[in-house]
Amino acid sequence: MTPGSSSFTDFLAAHANHLMPGREPLPAGMVPQVPHATTIVAASFDGGVVMAGDRRATMGNLIAHREIEKVFPADDYSCVGIAGTAGLAVELVRLFQVELEHYEKIEGALLSLDGKANRLSTMLRNNLGLAMQGLAVVPLFAGFDLERRKGRIFSYDVTGGRYEEHQFHSIGSGSLFARGSLKKRWRPDLSMEGALQVVTEALHDAADDDSATGGADLYRQIFPVVAVVTVDGYHRVPDEYVATALSTALEGARGTGPAEIDGGSAR
Amino acid sequence: MSMPYYVSPEQIMKDKADYARRNIARGRPVVVLGYEGGIAFVAENHSRALHKISEIYDRMAFAAAGKYNEFENLRVAGVRYADLRGYSYDRIDVTARGLANAYAQTLGSAFTQESKPLEVEIVVAEVGRTSEDDTIYRLTYDGSVADEQGFVAMGGQADAITTGLQERWQPEMSLSAALALAVSLLSKDPSGTDRTLTPAQLEVAVLDRLRPRRAFRRLAGPLLEALLAPDDPTTDVPTSDDSRPGMHDTLTGVSTELGEITPTSEADQTSEADQAAEATDTPDEPA
Repeated sequence: MTPGSSSFTDFLAAHANHLMPGREPLPAGMVPQVPHATTIVAASFDGGVVMAGDRRATMGNLIAHREIEKVFPADDYSCVGIAGTAGLAVELVRLFQVELEHYEKIEGALLSLDGKANRLSTMLRNNLGLAMQGLAVVPLFAGFDLERRKGRIFSYDVTGGRYEEHQFHSIGSGSLFARGSLKKRWRPDLSMEGALQVVTEALHDAADDDSATGGADLYRQIFPVVAVVTVDGYHRVPDEYVATALSTALEGARGTGPAEIDGGSAR
Repeated sequence: MSMPYYVSPEQIMKDKADYARRNIARGRPVVVLGYEGGIAFVAENHSRALHKISEIYDRMAFAAAGKYNEFENLRVAGVRYADLRGYSYDRIDVTARGLANAYAQTLGSAFTQESKPLEVEIVVAEVGRTSEDDTIYRLTYDGSVADEQGFVAMGGQADAITTGLQERWQPEMSLSAALALAVSLLSKDPSGTDRTLTPAQLEVAVLDRLRPRRAFRRLAGPLLEALLAPDDPTTDVPTSDDSRPGMHDTLTGVSTELGEITPTSEADQTSEADQAAEATDTPDEPA
């Protein structure tokens, strides 16, 4: 009943601290093996951003889960992908989603994209204690900036450092390979289809070389989660579209078909 | 040394109740009533900034009459209660009954313990799968809760409006009929002469049963005018939001041409993926 801030996280910290993710450090000792989420890629295009994440969670050398989802809508105009300790990361995303909706309801206005990115920074910093003990969470945040009318991508480090990425970015165990792929395939003049193609291929490249990143599982019909955020808001791309994009990429790689990218020349 | 005068508890309570009731009745009225597609909220409110009707949670909304700063505090407390509960359990575990009980505690303890009771009357409404599952709770300044069937009127002239609703309200009315009824009752003046309330003087919102997650939408602009015009064929709210970028809490019926603001390259190459996504996807539930 006391007036306070419009932040749900602040409210939670003050009134129900036991529900805060990563609120207290672990006792000394070995950190148990827990599922880890792996590769996320994001790329901007003229009019928005795309983000894609594979579906594998690993625990040491084991596959912990085959169809975990690591890309989530944060609100109508942004999405967040996660890498690192899956349990903590999913909880962090849940809190972030409530945080944004809570602000919207209390204030009757949307947070700016920078405001959202900064909030995520603060929330991440709360987890620093656990990160130091080996339970790190690293998100990738992307959204459509309604002020500047363009898609923007923000990467983070475990201390809550926030860095804006202007073209594309990738996080997680397979990010080296994905970033290499993006570096060659991404063009400033990509269309939405082109960007979708490029991130799907980058994820495929990561899965090809990183054992902790899952490729498309045709046997079980499990495909990467691919999301697009434009001025129209957040949309998840249907599996059928992702499957087609992947087969286009593979045909291109085998030399059985063209791998031209719409909107930008692939040469 | 002076002795304090003895005042009986009955007298204290009666004075507090009279004080609260008198001040609530001075405010402008608010009507909450069910219609075939959900629950409608209509208030006479000349301010665009200070709302009497607000969203609490996915299927729940709040309406209040009385003193603004007091019910605004209650609204924020309600949003916090609902978000905390939804975060610690699950979204479907947030119910109007739970929230009404929490409000009853707050109002009740303020009435007995504080020197001044809260001068507010509030409604917590939740839209269900069918109109039989809709719940409307009315909470008064002393913390008493009433489970209302179909409609509630609060604020000034509440008794006259309630009588009018008892006579003319029917279950499964169309939205335009429900709004017309509410507006005609709100514009009755106690002196007998009817006023005319324009859409700009009204704050109108609905909890739309058909929406997948967040059911609350405010109504304004040409859409509200069309719903209130007796000769207009519009009887219900559209199922999709305004295409305008930004918050989607208000339905106005105005469609912005997206081509004006998006880069032309994107407008030219509308992707099948995006169209398919729009056609098949319901707004994603948070994890």
